[in-house]
Amino acid sequence: MSAVNEVRDSYDVAVVGAGPAGLTAATACAAAGLATVLFDEQPAPGGQIYRAITQTPVQRASILGNDYWYGARLVRDFQASRAQYVPGATVWSLSREREIGVSTGGAARLTQAKRVIIATGALERPFPIPGWTLPGVMTAGAGQILLKSGAMVPQGRTLLAGCGPLLWLLAWQYLNAGVKIDAILDTTARASRSAAWPHAPAFLFSPYFRKGLRLMLSVRRRTKVIAGVTGLRAEGNSRLQQVAYRTADGAEIRLPADTLLLHQGVVPNVNLAMSVGIEHRWDDDQLCWVPVVDGYGGTSVDGVAIAGDGAGIAGAWAAEERGKLAALAAIRALKPDTRQDILPDEANIRLALAKVERGRLFLDRYYQPAASFRIPRGDTIVCRCEEVTAQQIIDTVALGCTGPNQMKSFLRCGMGPCQGRLCGLTVTELMAQTRGVPPAEIGHYRLRPPVKPITLGELAALPKDEAAIKAVVRG
Amino acid sequence: MAAPDVIVIGGGLHGCSTALHLARRGIAALVIEKDHVGRHASGVNAGGVRRLGRHPAEIPLSVASMELWHAIRDLVDDDCGFQSHGQVKAAEDEAEYELLRRRVEEVRALGFTHEELVGRDELRALVPAIADHCVGAIVCRQDGAALPYRTTLAFRRKAESLGARFLEGTRVTGLRRQAARWQVETDRGAHEALHIVNAAGAWAGAVAAQLGEPVPLEIIAPMLMISAPLPAFLKPVVGATGRPLSFKQFANGTVLIGGGHRGRPDPATNWTDLDFAGLALSARTVWDLFPPMRDAQIVRAWAGIEARMPDDIPVIGPSRTSENAWHAFGFSAHGFQLGPIVGAIIAELIATGHTNLPIAPFDIARFTRPA
Repeated sequence: MSAVNEVRDSYDVAVVGAGPAGLTAATACAAAGLATVLFDEQPAPGGQIYRAITQTPVQRASILGNDYWYGARLVRDFQASRAQYVPGATVWSLSREREIGVSTGGAARLTQAKRVIIATGALERPFPIPGWTLPGVMTAGAGQILLKSGAMVPQGRTLLAGCGPLLWLLAWQYLNAGVKIDAILDTTARASRSAAWPHAPAFLFSPYFRKGLRLMLSVRRRTKVIAGVTGLRAEGNSRLQQVAYRTADGAEIRLPADTLLLHQGVVPNVNLAMSVGIEHRWDDDQLCWVPVVDGYGGTSVDGVAIAGDGAGIAGAWAAEERGKLAALAAIRALKPDTRQDILPDEANIRLALAKVERGRLFLDRYYQPAASFRIPRGDTIVCRCEEVTAQQIIDTVALGCTGPNQMKSFLRCGMGPCQGRLCGLTVTELMAQTRGVPPAEIGHYRLRPPVKPITLGELAALPKDEAAIKAVVRG
Repeated sequence: MAAPDVIVIGGGLHGCSTALHLARRGIAALVIEKDHVGRHASGVNAGGVRRLGRHPAEIPLSVASMELWHAIRDLVDDDCGFQSHGQVKAAEDEAEYELLRRRVEEVRALGFTHEELVGRDELRALVPAIADHCVGAIVCRQDGAALPYRTTLAFRRKAESLGARFLEGTRVTGLRRQAARWQVETDRGAHEALHIVNAAGAWAGAVAAQLGEPVPLEIIAPMLMISAPLPAFLKPVVGATGRPLSFKQFANGTVLIGGGHRGRPDPATNWTDLDFAGLALSARTVWDLFPPMRDAQIVRAWAGIEARMPDDIPVIGPSRTSENAWHAFGFSAHGFQLGPIVGAIIAELIATGHTNLPIAPFDIARFTRPA
């Protein structure tokens, strides 16, 4: 483990993110003798999927499940490697010349890498329903983080709502931990299910099929699942008190609730990639921006690759393989004479990747959230940082704002500390619908560094090189 | 659609202002913009509405423009977010204060009184948060700041309401004179008009070269950064004397830090790379001048692409090679405040062939005259 003052002026390879893709990428690069650093925001390796795996207080293995504990192997391999590991590190900028701005413990550094592998993974798709900003409402992902890192579970009346594998996984883990779930409000849209069926045969051969099925059945045996939910709203004065929804028969139902966990899938975390100018495209199946990458994660910016879910959602097992592929490209570029037996075995990787990616389209389509849950209207908050409503955004389209960048000058929407992570997709789809054009034509926020906030003091004290740091440390 | 009288190349503030002032005179303008209106420097600058510290040649224009700013709603039906809390230029030591004193004398000798020298106590009264070591300042009490994109869009909307037309996403590819008219070729068809106006900002050098009068235009990308909201502590816009700084707090509490350190522009792709070593210098200046800012969170930095001339003043006026061609570019990172008046000057020149404002120092011929 290293602090920021041990960060060197330059590396062969810098990897950002210590999830499955980042861990395998850094391990493979280091094994080939490349000077490798891995920057990660968390205090311990694992990313979101294997979060806190080296230090979780949840020690009973059956609660988080075998697929979680599997991650320990990736972490062990990485820890045994010669890669430098910098935890608690926020990468706040990356330039096209691959200069990286990074901070740990309130001190910032600039460092340079010949190759950068972005493995910043996924984040949850926004779920902008009325009342989603009330205390007591959180995302399933946030709920899972509290469980893994702090063994914290919701108390009182608990509802889960939405769709997607993570929602079911969290429900399963909660039930294993003895949490009482009052109900799961399943928002999976009928139209999405129909669109997915043609891809069901391929999914039968996915390793996720049997696991997913077993997990869902186990959850259904232990808690109430209400299907076909629409018109979802969180209600309460100053905090969540009840959740309102409709089902196919049309009547509005209200359930009392202390905690509502929302989730409708994950999307690539594109902020760092977009801030360096990597080309992205709109994905009509995953309904999000996806970087344009080659078979090794290589992007439109020379020397910068993306591995794992950040290059398009495919899950943890695929991320592991995609990390190795990005490493392979880096090794071939920087150390072309590396012995074959040290190089990751590309044929094996591709085979494994094909296996875990099989039937992916089924999942994408099946769990594609309904438009009404992605594109809010009226007073529903879109931008949490600046408290901007859907109607305000629609109104700026009438003022002549054709895209998110023009709009933000008026509403400051997307200009808060989250840099549009929580509202970007909503804004793009909302403006597209309002203008009657495809999301690709609307575009995304122009993202600028720092992609994560840094303090003025950190920036002011930014040392130029190792010599300057030593001087500071000595002083 | 009928051919316009004037084609304005460039949909920045100066292009939109020119179209508006032409429309007010009943002259039909077509603005051709390669991206969208306000996409570059006009939309993303620091928004300073400043007479303070202007080059002597710019002072008369700046003073005239300020009158338009103080009645901006009458001009464009929108307040443009303009607030007049003054501009302050602080001296960090006695030597700097002496420079400021001489500057104020110089401005007064030219017959202008808007720059006022104040001492330590008055500076503290105006800017209570400023560091103790600052000894005095120049203040321009009627100066202020506005919201740049909102301003540019307001000029565009008002111009459109009076009949000007805008073509966005359309790039000018060629200019030809034919039968005493201008043929303007674009990547989406040709247009013709009696007059053309070069208000193409960072891309204006290419237009001037086409007219046979190349200029030593440098393309620059001044960097800005902004903080998360802080409790209100600052009203005027503050600059420094010995180092570049532009510092102001918006009504929502966010603090904008700019002042001249530059990123690397790539005008072919509209991209700008930021230079964090340069931003670190700006941060250091703020660290010194505003101690309460030290823990402030910087949430975003950016840079707009614009043109700088070697003498740091713009090119305004007629082409010296071609008839009925006019220039308004090269504002060298301080053109925002001049927007309202420059459009009026170009419109007046086109309508009457003359303006009462002294624009001789901005003649494009200054770069071709033998030294």
